[in-house]
Amino acid sequence: MQTTKTETAPVRSSADVVSVRHLVRRWAVELGFTLVEQTKIVTAASELARNMIDYGGGGELVIESLDDGIRKGLRLVFQDQGPGIPDIQAALRDGFTSGSGMGLGLGGAKRLSNEFDIQSAPGQGTRVTITRWKGVS
Amino acid sequence: MERIPILKMGKFLLVSIQIDMDDRTAMTLQDDLTGQIVKHRAKGVLIDISSLDVVDSFIGRMLANTAAMARILDAETVVVGMQPSVAITLVELGLSLKGVRSALNVERGMELLQRIATDIESEAADADDEN
Repeated sequence: MQTTKTETAPVRSSADVVSVRHLVRRWAVELGFTLVEQTKIVTAASELARNMIDYGGGGELVIESLDDGIRKGLRLVFQDQGPGIPDIQAALRDGFTSGSGMGLGLGGAKRLSNEFDIQSAPGQGTRVTITRWKGVS
Repeated sequence: MERIPILKMGKFLLVSIQIDMDDRTAMTLQDDLTGQIVKHRAKGVLIDISSLDVVDSFIGRMLANTAAMARILDAETVVVGMQPSVAITLVELGLSLKGVRSALNVERGMELLQRIATDIESEAADADDEN
């Protein structure tokens, strides 16, 4: 697997969430994602960026273009230094929220991605990684 | 912060969201709309989202809440013009926008609002006849 391109973007304010949507859209278009594929990864990115601001005190997004020789894909890594998530399984359940949201962010982002990984521990921040491959539903 | 304009047309309010809103802009629109419904005694609200290429859970919730608040204020809300890719994504995200009426485009949305408003008026007239 080869990373063909990478970029880092700050995620600190509600305006940054909009910037993240535009950044991810631009990269997805560049990779030739279909409109539905673009919309899914942009929406997932929007959920995770907002989560990071609401619950992680902000952080950063690392975006990577991938090429494994057969497929092209987009990987997004959201990393914050916030309080961390004590119960990841609970946080992934729809409707679970510790804040004012609807609790669709994590579970929704997972459903909208082909690959999903979350690393978190109390006091150690949270890292959520999602990947979408072109042509994989 | 940008503000989304709200147009008044007869008994209805029209909104066309033409920009990618941040969360604050979305909340302001919700507040502005509920205020304008009361101010103009509006019977219906039409929200055109055909320019939106993303509706995430926050914007989805804003649309659902606006419809719920409008209903309590005696106005119906119709969301029109949702792009198919947005609809597919919303359902997968887990948001079904229950309680939000929708129509394919502005024209059909206006027809729907007119019909609802006429139904309500004739019901009121029937009730008057019975008394």
